[in-house]
Amino acid sequence: MDNSLSLINDLIIPGLIIVAQILAIIIPVLLSVAFLVYAERKVLALIQLRKGPNIVGPFGLFQSFADALKLLAKENIIPNRSNKIIFLIAPMITMVLSLIGWAVIPFAPGWVISDINVGIMYLFAVSSLGVYGIIMAGWASNSQYPFLGALRSAAQMVSYEVSIGFVIITVLLCVGSLNLTKVVEAQSTVWFAIPLLPMFIIFFICALAETNRLPFDLPEDEASLVAGFSTEYSSASFVLFFLAEYASMILMSAMTVILFLGGWLPPFDIAPFNYIPSVFWFMLKITFILFLFLWVRGTFPRYRYDQLMRLGWKVFLPLSLFWVVVTAGFLVMFDLLPT
Amino acid sequence: MSFILSEYLPILIFIFIGFGMAVGMTIIPFVIGESKPDKEKLSSYECGFEAFDDARGRFDVRFYLVAILFIIFDLEVAFLFPWAVSLGNIGIFGFWSMIIFLFFLTIGFIYEWKKGALEWE
Repeated sequence: MDNSLSLINDLIIPGLIIVAQILAIIIPVLLSVAFLVYAERKVLALIQLRKGPNIVGPFGLFQSFADALKLLAKENIIPNRSNKIIFLIAPMITMVLSLIGWAVIPFAPGWVISDINVGIMYLFAVSSLGVYGIIMAGWASNSQYPFLGALRSAAQMVSYEVSIGFVIITVLLCVGSLNLTKVVEAQSTVWFAIPLLPMFIIFFICALAETNRLPFDLPEDEASLVAGFSTEYSSASFVLFFLAEYASMILMSAMTVILFLGGWLPPFDIAPFNYIPSVFWFMLKITFILFLFLWVRGTFPRYRYDQLMRLGWKVFLPLSLFWVVVTAGFLVMFDLLPT
Repeated sequence: MSFILSEYLPILIFIFIGFGMAVGMTIIPFVIGESKPDKEKLSSYECGFEAFDDARGRFDVRFYLVAILFIIFDLEVAFLFPWAVSLGNIGIFGFWSMIIFLFFLTIGFIYEWKKGALEWE
């Protein structure tokens, strides 16, 4: 009797709390994906002087839910020449990888599921693994366009991964810890976007390339590759890819905010600003970065593939490597390193 | 042990829940959607004719080169992570050691550039 009670106290109750916390993150993330898709269509429509979705619900707010329901009720077509199991698993992997990054994101002081001391490393690893889902999808489809799209996507993602790594190193030099909460706390005097402005810009552009967004959406370039790696996908599997793409967009925005825009910190630590709860500041900054994503999509033409690779390897890589050396040298020279 | 458990167990549970949701969503259309497969619907997408052969043929070697370059530079980033975190403790000697390492790596990078491994025309 005593034994079973301690089992309940030690395992089941903490377990249920963890599950509740996880659901409290996954469900809002999926809801924000729905509204992000709506916001994207609305912003693009306003940029192009159209009205955008306005039929389903007030101002068309429920458009994304209608789309998702429609897709889920469709037939899931599995091409007869594909590797059927890998074909179905690939979107699941992409979806899981775009969600699990949120386990280490601190929303406010103490508001984090697992405050591991290698938080940045974990996020970096999870975003690197994203390539696998796409490669598996392209290979398992056994069709020309998905195959080429997956190759392009993999090459593009690994190229920009390197620059992202160097940018993260410059931030780490200023923080001296891999813990994301410490990264935010280190910005209480000045947000890293100001002293590391070139790195902030590089990181944002790399985030666009990493999430396959315009102007770097060559893997899904409809004029030459139909729909890239997701050409053969339909129904729920397509929904998973779609959700994953937008969820990883939100995750990359959260990373940008934590690394460069001071996470949950208010812009000025004075009266009217610090009355607003920290989690609200965090959301507001993420929304701002997401708006930049949409704005870029509505404004810039698509890059050519050779230009994309040149930008990644010949501009961003040397520049970010150089900046790592400059930052380290500066910090060592003026003895500003955190210990 | 308890530290690892309390910090990393939530991530494991997170992976399981995420995977469960993904599997659940994949099953929905097989349950509620109607399924009327036919030969044309199940054939792989092509522009108006049947695919000539298997799609997994040869592809450009440059994708392979990019992958190799990525391994080199990603390893370099992995080297830099612990160095960046502990630079305050290892002092000027640690700083110059890494600068020398980066210098040799840069020579390799310039060689690749001149050899044309980064060209996509």
